[in-house]
Amino acid sequence: MCDTCGCNLTPGNRHLAFKPVAPGSTAVSVLKNLLAKNDDQATHNREHFDRRGILALNLMSSPGSGKTALLEATLAALKDEFTCAVIEGDLETENDALRIRALGVQAHQIVTGTACHLDAHLVHDALHRMNLDGVDILFIENVGNLVCPASFDLGQHLNVTLLSVTEGDDKPAKYPVMFRAADAMLLTKTDLLAVLDDFDPDKAEAHLRNLANPAPVMRLSARRALGMDAWLAWLRNELAAQRARVKHGQTRRPAIQPDGAQLHRATA
Amino acid sequence: MHELAVAQALIEQVGDVIRQHRAQRATRIRVRIGPLAGVVPELLGNAFPLAATGSRMEHAVLDLVAAPITVRCETCDAETEATMNRLVCAACGDWHTRIISGDELLLESVELETTPSLTSGL
Repeated sequence: MCDTCGCNLTPGNRHLAFKPVAPGSTAVSVLKNLLAKNDDQATHNREHFDRRGILALNLMSSPGSGKTALLEATLAALKDEFTCAVIEGDLETENDALRIRALGVQAHQIVTGTACHLDAHLVHDALHRMNLDGVDILFIENVGNLVCPASFDLGQHLNVTLLSVTEGDDKPAKYPVMFRAADAMLLTKTDLLAVLDDFDPDKAEAHLRNLANPAPVMRLSARRALGMDAWLAWLRNELAAQRARVKHGQTRRPAIQPDGAQLHRATA
Repeated sequence: MHELAVAQALIEQVGDVIRQHRAQRATRIRVRIGPLAGVVPELLGNAFPLAATGSRMEHAVLDLVAAPITVRCETCDAETEATMNRLVCAACGDWHTRIISGDELLLESVELETTPSLTSGL
């Protein structure tokens, strides 16, 4: 390990560092995750959450799969039990934050402009504009997008990925980077299954397993209050697990870390 | 889509390496990308020159090395190659696997010009 350049030499990669180059030039092995800066900020955000005993969740899905509707139903169901707060990410408008505030829940809207994802710095700025005192659960509703948000750690403990039954049941196979990162997959709008004959929830789950992902799959309809109990029980359970971790000075990173490369063996 | 953000992060990191080694410029940058990192190498290759304009790596060659997807089976312990949306064990078919390679997004190495070249105009 070289302290001056952050390089990370091991017997497996040493050959990369000292290959011959032309005179007057030198080759430097770096082996650093490209998104290290984002990840450092995400780690810092997680420290914010852990210090306050907050469970932070990152909700990801395609646009229109029902993230905000799920939040509305969830916040209403939990209002006497926990203090929740929400960070909303959208390219434009405060509409989603207004919907959450209408329920009496603190919501901060991040307007990303043209950016297709939230990153750890945007979330950090938002945290400093919020009152986190007494908050038990923070929901971060990412920009509706099944591609980019998967690559950026925000500091959350868990990723929740939504798949509405009006989409294809093969979405996990089409967007493996996103669905591999899910700590829980929610099949939403299941009340519509009766009129949709081409979405098979079992197939959606099988596609998720093909990504080597053991995440629980919950089927629900936020609008018709179907299957919400399992989801709320999962949330209670995860909050209890977070509190237990905090007590022991531990934390949890979401299922997939973009710097998973560090876990790889040197020869990988 | 988000490749410009990744290119900007790359330029920041290479800039740090150039400064730490008091080099004139970077001539070759090697990045290792796994298909599961969610970054399209071609798009990163397109974004890089835009983001690097005017910097000390403006003329650097960007080598994008594709990392294969490899998984280790937690059931039979076999290490096999896998595909993007089928990360199951190729030996026994079990889906309880761990990614060994394929999700990395790594600045692997940088080649630096350490002495001023005659054509640099410095």
